[in-house]
Order: sequence, then C-alpha cells, then structure tokens
Amino acid sequence: MAEMNLRQALSKGLREALDNNDNVFLMGEDIGLYGGPYAVTKDLYKDYGPEKIIDTPIAESGFVGAAIGSSMTGMKPIVEIMTINFSLLAIDQIVNHAAKMHYMSDGQLSVPMIIRTVTGAGGRLAATHSQSFEGWYASVPGLKVVAPSNPNDALGLLRSSLNDNNPIIFVEHSMLYGVTGEVPEPYYETPIGLPKVIQEGTDLTIIAWSGMIPVAQDVELKLKEENISCELIDIRTLNPIDFELIFESVKKTNKVVILDEYWETGSFGAYISSVIQENCFDYLDAPISVVNSMNIPMPYSAELEDQVVPNTKRVLEKIKNKIGL
Amino acid sequence: MDKETAKKYLFDMIKIRQFEEACGRMYMQGKIKGFLHLYIGEEAIAVGSISELSKDDYIITHYRDHGHALARGMDPNKAMAELYGKVDGTSRGKGGSMHLFDSDLNFMGGHAIVGGHLPIAVGIALGIKKQKRKGLVMCYFGDGAVNEGEFHESMNLAALWDLPIIFYLENNQYGMGTHVKRSSANPEMLYKFADLYGMPSTKIDGMDVITVRDSAREAIEKIRKGGGPLLIEAMTYRFRGHSMADPSEYRENEEVQQWQKEKDPIELFKDYCYTNNILTEQETNQINGEVKTLIKECLEFAENSPLPDMSVAEDKIYNTNN
Ligand SMILES: Cc1ncc(C[n+]2csc(CCOP(=O)(O)OP(=O)(O)O)c2C)c(N)n1
Ligand SMILES: [Mg+2]
Repeated sequence: MAEMNLRQALSKGLREALDNNDNVFLMGEDIGLYGGPYAVTKDLYKDYGPEKIIDTPIAESGFVGAAIGSSMTGMKPIVEIMTINFSLLAIDQIVNHAAKMHYMSDGQLSVPMIIRTVTGAGGRLAATHSQSFEGWYASVPGLKVVAPSNPNDALGLLRSSLNDNNPIIFVEHSMLYGVTGEVPEPYYETPIGLPKVIQEGTDLTIIAWSGMIPVAQDVELKLKEENISCELIDIRTLNPIDFELIFESVKKTNKVVILDEYWETGSFGAYISSVIQENCFDYLDAPISVVNSMNIPMPYSAELEDQVVPNTKRVLEKIKNKIGL
Repeated sequence: MDKETAKKYLFDMIKIRQFEEACGRMYMQGKIKGFLHLYIGEEAIAVGSISELSKDDYIITHYRDHGHALARGMDPNKAMAELYGKVDGTSRGKGGSMHLFDSDLNFMGGHAIVGGHLPIAVGIALGIKKQKRKGLVMCYFGDGAVNEGEFHESMNLAALWDLPIIFYLENNQYGMGTHVKRSSANPEMLYKFADLYGMPSTKIDGMDVITVRDSAREAIEKIRKGGGPLLIEAMTYRFRGHSMADPSEYRENEEVQQWQKEKDPIELFKDYCYTNNILTEQETNQINGEVKTLIKECLEFAENSPLPDMSVAEDKIYNTNN
C-alpha cells in the first residue's frame, strides 16, 4: 500500500499508460510546459517529451476531433479538456462523432480514447466555470462515463479505461485532487460500471459520486450522532451502472437519498431515483429524495455558492422533511 | 499631445495599474477569490483605444476585463465591490472578476469562455446596423482565442455582412503558459487572418499609448465613414502570471524583467511627456497620489459593502419584465 492523493494516482496511471503502450499519447491545453492546469500532468512533458505530451492550441473541437480520428487508426489518445464547461465547444465531436462511430459503421470502426476533464463547483468561478455536465454525457449511448472520488478508484478506473475500446469521459472533480488514500502496490483494475459500498449501514442509503462524496460522508457522520446508520454508495461510474448492488442496499434500508451536484431539472440523480422506484417500489418506506444544486446559474460570491450547491445542512433538512428520519 | 489629454491618459493607465496591484494584494488576503487575471503591462491598449470611442460605441471583452472596464469609465468602487463578491458590485456579486458588466456604458461584459464573445460582438454590430444606429463594436480578445473556430466564423460573418466592428487582438504572446509560437502555425502573421476575409488589418506596438490611439482613431474613422470590419493586432506583454494560480515555469524571469524594464507602457509614456515638455515629474507624481487615494477609497467601499443574500442569487435568472 502507498498513500497518495488523487492527483498523484492519476499521474501514476498516466505514466504507466505511456510506459506500457507506444500508441498512447496525451494532448490538451497547457498539459505540457505549463505543467497542467490542475498539475495532474506535471513533469510529464519533461519526462516524455513533446511527441507524447502535446500542448494544443485553444481549439477544443479541433483537438478532440483529431483525437477521435487518431484513435480510429489505432492510437490511444488521452485528451484533457481543461474543464467540462469547455467541453461544450467539443460536444459535437463527442456526441455526434465519438459516440456514434462504432454503431453507425456497425462495428467496423472504433474510438478507443479517453477524455479527461474537470467537473464541479467550489472554486468561486461563477456561472460558466462551475457546472457538472457528467450526467449529460452519461445519457448518451456509446459513451462511458466514470467519476472517481478517491485515489484508489481513480487509478483503477483509469487502468480499466485504458483497456476499454470505447470513448470514455473520465471526470475529475476540481475539489478532490488533494483527497488522499491508500493505493495497493500490486496491479489492480476497478471495473467500469460497478458501484461500491463505502460505508455499510442499515437505516438509509445515501447514493453519490465525485464531488458529492465528501458531503455524503459528512451527512453520514452527523446522522450517526443521532444513531441513524447510513449506507454510503459511491456509484463511481455513471454509464454503465450495475444497479443490483444499489437495489440490495435499498431492500435493506428501505430509504434513499441521492446527492447530485447538477441542477434539479433533468438531473442524473433523478434518473437513478426512477430506476430504484421502478424496481424496489415495494421495499420503499419513504419517497426517494434527490438533493441537487439549486436551479440557479452559479453566483461568484462564495457565500452564495456554498448555499447553491448541495451541502450538509440542505441534505439533512431534506432527509428530515421528506424521508422523515 | 496637449497637457490635459496627457494627464488623462496617464491617470487612466496608472489607475488600471494600481487597481490591478490592489487586486493582487487582496487576492493574497483572500478578499478576492476565484480566477483573477491582471492587466498589468497591457494598460496602453485599453486606454489608447477606448479613449477614441464615443458614447454610442460598444465594448465587449474577455475575462481579463478590468482594464477595459476602468478605461471606459466604470466606477472603480463598483468594480472592486464586484471582485469582493459584495452587493454593491456591478452584478451584486454574481459575476466576479471575469464578468464585469455596465450597460449604461455600453460595456457588454467580460466573458470567460475563450472566443465565446466574438460571435456575440458580431451580433451587436448586426443590431447596430439593422437599427441604423450610430456606433460600432470594439471587441477585445487574446492571441489564444484566434485558434478557436468561433474567431474564424465571426470574422467571416462580420465581413460578409459588412458590419461596424473592430476585432482587437491583444497579443500578449501567451495563452496561459503556451507561447504563440507553440499554438499558432504562423505566429508572426495573426493579423493576416483578416486578409482571407477581405478585411483590412494592422499590427502595432501595443505598449505605446500614442501608437495605439492613432491606429484606433484611423480604424474608427474608417468605420464611421461607412467602412466595414477591421482587425488590429497590438503586440503587448502581461507582466504578471496568466492568473493568480500561475506556476510561471514556462517563461524565463529575464524575459519578464526585460519587458518590464524596456517596454512598461506607463514609463514609456512618462518619458514621452518629459521629453516633449508636456508634463513635469511633479505633475506625474501628483497623478500617482490622486490615484492612490482613489484606490484606497475603492477598497474601503468594497470592504464596507454588505454581502448579497440568497434573494440576490435567485433574482434575474429570467427576465420577468414581460
Ligand atoms: C473555451 C475555453 N477553453 C479554455 C479556457 C481556459 N483558459 C482561460 S484563459 C486561457 C488562455 C487564453 O489566452 P489568450 O486568449 O491569449 O488571452 P490572455 O489570457 O493572454 O489575455 C485559457 C486556455 C477557457 N476559459 N475557455
Ligand atoms: Mg494571450
């Protein structure tokens, strides 16, 4: 076991990929000489050189499309889009091209690539720089979406993504890079699609991913003080999802709250909720609650931002008022 | 140049410089948060070009927007309060440093998606033309933005529709940590993109406020006489990091120091004023002092302004004035 933070786990995974597969290369804005906007690729340029670590112009649609094309010839590009907000400039390439190529060619062509990008709020970056679009991408057949919340999963999911022959949206939350944890020394992979129970409990199932995991953990601690035992599930992957593990938990606790940093309307959390109620209706003792960001473009002011995103206080209120715990 | 104009230019450039220096300090103290992009080193562009605009003209710019806003006459108190996230800010604390707006001044915003405001600038020019209004659009953006498709789409639309717009490229030679030589295939020739759209363009020294003024004046006159869109590329340099989070490992310290020593737009203009007996050192010192007071006041104003509450956050998502 080695203790490291999420940033270091990703860096380790990227180095492994570069070392083990000659067709792997990285590209993105300021990932090289600058050291990476969030320092995930720090020193890679020095160690692997400009052929492997490509600093791109600010041209998201262009370089994402180029990555797609290169992957169709057998390359394995790992693209970094600085944040998920800027992925909107490349959304045509991602949704209309990467996601469709394999299907429309009936399997003749494949797009084995990874798009790493940064999601979420918390940086006081205001309305255009604080969004959580992973749920959008998860809704598109042909794309896989992973969103690790800790170093162990980050490395394991990065390895699985490398071995997958589909376009993968690899979502990192800007507030989680410093999260530390144990990472096993022997090689392991974390399967894409498998949620994980990160805390066992009996009274309430809390489902979350990515930046909402720390909030879920805080809520779990607060409820423990009131002798309420929570089961915490990190879904880790948004598409695909193996729901069986979630159903098992719901059948045990009979109550569910889902945390989703996206806005209320059209949230991925609401989709999870609908799947649960359709499959576990008879086991539910209370309505399923979803806690989202308020339906407000993110204000800059820190005091406002902290209230707009799902926070412990708002989650606890909802658990009391809607679920009745 | 007459004394009054020289005083005004110097005052405005020093105002931007000191405002930005204060922002940098307040960021370190945690009063200003998020991304903060300082305009230090590039003051001559905003002051020299915006001073040539009239009230009817529009300005739209990117996230490095404090300089343009102040040169246009935005109240520094309100700008600073916005940066503090306070209720007396230009957007009551909802926009922050990258998103300053003042519709009374036709200041259509700082915009933080690189290249995103260029098509909007075209649309504003289209609105002016269709309504047969006076005025033109001054649209500022960086060397990084020319690599986005939106730049090229906008240039073509503006030329095709013959719109009253000046594309103002502030070439500070870096997009974050990437030098233009590493991001553009033909880095010395960015202004020549205009040729392909049949648009006139020039490349100027953006550190010399008089050169900036003259080229802006010429471009504006052309448009006022019924001419179509133009592009100006002003060569400049940012003395500070891209934002406050910049590790600054992509350029040599000597490079920065050399620009600061040889091309500081404020020092160059002071020298010009001394050499031509337009201003005395005593007069420039006095301007310095006046600005100092102004900046002190705007920090106090921002400090004392209340924080917005949730009713502010929930307000203006939709226009309810239907
Ligand atoms: C579409 C998009 N991609 C990336 C970014 C991140 N980003 C912000 S500023 C910047 C550099 C822009 O450089 P330039 O246009 O030269 O302007 P400067 O900062 O030098 O004034 C980048 C990459 C962004 N805001 N929007
Ligand atoms: Mg630049």
